Amino acid sequence: MSTAHESHDAHVDAASGTATTGHEWDGIRELNNPLPRWWLWTFYACIFWAVCYWIAFPAWPLVSNYTTGVLGWNSRAAVQGQLADLRALRATTSERLATASLQEIEKSPELLALARAEGRVAFADNCAPCHGAGGGGAKGFPNLNDDDWLWGGTLAQIQETLTHGIRSGDDLGHQGNMTPFGAVLSKAEISDAADFVRSLSGLVPADTPSVQKGAAVFKANCAVCHGEDAKGNQELGSKNLTDGIWLYGGDKATIVQTITNGRGGVMPAWGERLSPTTIKALTVYVHTLGGGQ
Amino acid sequence: MTAPAAKTHATPPAAPDIDADDVPLYAARRAIYPQSVHGTFRRIKWIVLIVTLGIYYFLPFVRWDRGPDAPNQAVLIDFPARRFYFFFIEIWPQEFYYVAGLLILAALILFLMNAVAGRVWCGYLCPQTVWTDLFMAVERLIEGDRRERIAADNAPWTIDKISHKTLKHTLWLLIAWWTGGAWVLYFDDAPTLVRELATFQASATAYISIAVLTFTTYVLAGHMREQVCTYMCPWPRIQAALTDEYALNVTYLLDRGEPRGSLKKVAQLRAEGKPAGDCIDCNQCVNVCPTGVDIRKGLQLDCIQCGLCIDACDNVMDKIHRPRGLIRYESEANLEARARGEAPVRRIVRMRTILYAALICGIGGLMLATLVNRSSEGLAAIHDRNPVFVRLSDGSLRNAYTLRLINKKLYDRSFSVSVSGVPGATLSVVGTDSGSESDVLTIGPDQTREVRVLVTTRDKLDAGASLPVTFEIRDTATGVAARANDHFIAP
Repeated sequence: MSTAHESHDAHVDAASGTATTGHEWDGIRELNNPLPRWWLWTFYACIFWAVCYWIAFPAWPLVSNYTTGVLGWNSRAAVQGQLADLRALRATTSERLATASLQEIEKSPELLALARAEGRVAFADNCAPCHGAGGGGAKGFPNLNDDDWLWGGTLAQIQETLTHGIRSGDDLGHQGNMTPFGAVLSKAEISDAADFVRSLSGLVPADTPSVQKGAAVFKANCAVCHGEDAKGNQELGSKNLTDGIWLYGGDKATIVQTITNGRGGVMPAWGERLSPTTIKALTVYVHTLGGGQ
Repeated sequence: MTAPAAKTHATPPAAPDIDADDVPLYAARRAIYPQSVHGTFRRIKWIVLIVTLGIYYFLPFVRWDRGPDAPNQAVLIDFPARRFYFFFIEIWPQEFYYVAGLLILAALILFLMNAVAGRVWCGYLCPQTVWTDLFMAVERLIEGDRRERIAADNAPWTIDKISHKTLKHTLWLLIAWWTGGAWVLYFDDAPTLVRELATFQASATAYISIAVLTFTTYVLAGHMREQVCTYMCPWPRIQAALTDEYALNVTYLLDRGEPRGSLKKVAQLRAEGKPAGDCIDCNQCVNVCPTGVDIRKGLQLDCIQCGLCIDACDNVMDKIHRPRGLIRYESEANLEARARGEAPVRRIVRMRTILYAALICGIGGLMLATLVNRSSEGLAAIHDRNPVFVRLSDGSLRNAYTLRLINKKLYDRSFSVSVSGVPGATLSVVGTDSGSESDVLTIGPDQTREVRVLVTTRDKLDAGASLPVTFEIRDTATGVAARANDHFIAP
């Protein structure tokens, strides 16, 4: 509905009835659809806000420092404040974990969930590098999910091992070693003993001649720690050799190596590094992985 | 959208010798003083306003008894507990797809409304329209109708003018504050929160939310008004792309109205036997328009199609004894039919309305069916990732899983847990002293419980076997069961 007036005006576009800016390129003119003025004010307000922000908060890098802002806020202090809030929030639950006995924790679904949650995090932070993310173990580092325990799998025993460690230098820690027999026994005797040990879990038939010879070697040298029945002794940390679970490996070469050079893996004494409550949570977590006794 | 949209806010035509640098690139807002009007569409707008705002402001106070362990507010978004309550429906976070479904339904209903009757959403239902309407009503109440407001704005400042303006802005702020206040009531127990707010015991979040919403309501409904629709809202653009020639638009009948002229001039033309239109150029349609549009220029983006100009024009037509409907809701197809001298047709049933309606029924039906059939218990199983399996001293094989049991009923329930699919398997739940094939677990009202379970078998399995296992929980009282599938893995 362009009126006659508009179509004759050089600065109003005939088709749309909109005024142009007067800019012209090869006969094409730019339509002027002006922006609302408050839009401009919004833009100025944003600039004003930005300037206030620079003054209030840390903003500009300087040569060796930065502008700290008049409010004195910084993200590190904010995080520490949040951590303090979190610790205050957890104080009551940590208190309950600290006072309850290990058995009580396992009996209460609520405390068990708490201890397992805290234990899972502590395990990932401290234990997973050796024992694996889910406590699955690795060569030389026991699987904590099975029911084969070198130093005992009850709650109290796990707590003690965690606190004082194994060959950790802690006086109360577990001390026993697998003695190296390389200088004591001949290679043939070691080979026979290895065959005998493998026969206990059915890896070598019992009627093999070397097994018979190995039995005598075992009785004279190994039964002192591993027992006549070769079922091990948790007081000494000597392994049960009759089950199918191997810490370093059940192949003959590994067993020969173990007998020749001995073994002495180390677990740190976590009592020096973790709080008693964290150790309790870890104890419950490990105990409930599936192998706890 | 065939008519070239006439710009209602174009700058005055520039003189031919104007310098390009002088062209204003920013436009000040044109003051709009909508005049009061009475009529059918105004009545509909009042009713919609009262109903929608009534629901918005008072719904949080409606109670709904759910028993002792659940909130008794009918509509509640409980963020700390991660629950959404809507009367008899309770939504858990993992059922958020219901909300997504509602949003899809809302979009489709908007499309259907548009296909049937054009921008009814904009004209009657949009919160921006409703609150602006309310703010305009307050403005009229305090400062008078259009003429008085224009006169007052042009007059010098007097005590009277200052007091009127102050009162208006105070009332606006009060409404805006109540709007923000009602909003936060949907997120906490309303009566408690009102008491806390009044005694300054409520959280900072509540006060900040109210402050922000007070500010936005006051600015958007009091000051921005039609500019929200013109500059900010995406819907007019989308609507223009979605509409077709059968959708209703507020339309001025050009052929009937033109040539327009004063009552006197028109009478004279008629007396001379010359063509004369029904439009007497009284400008009532422009004066009542909340967005300041001249509807006689044709369809335009700024028009929210509220129909107030129809009311205004009908009132005038009554007075000058001409038939009503010079401005009316009409489709483009009918305008063309009218130009050809054919009878108007109303085609509500057409491909797009059928499609929208079918989609709405389909999605709505699907949501309803899943809502009615959803279970109030659930089970999820996750296999241990490390170690995947454990060989025990006696040679038996064990896999460990984490089970999450869900109880959506508002009372304690006991479930027996069992496993099937692994030969010779026994199941034990960590933390309960039992190694039997099924264990009973209690779950609190409206809660979940996570337990670690060990599945152990002494049977010899094929090397590398991966057996499908099914865990089942069964309500010990009712026998209702839920299942979850996983695998049992052998070395």
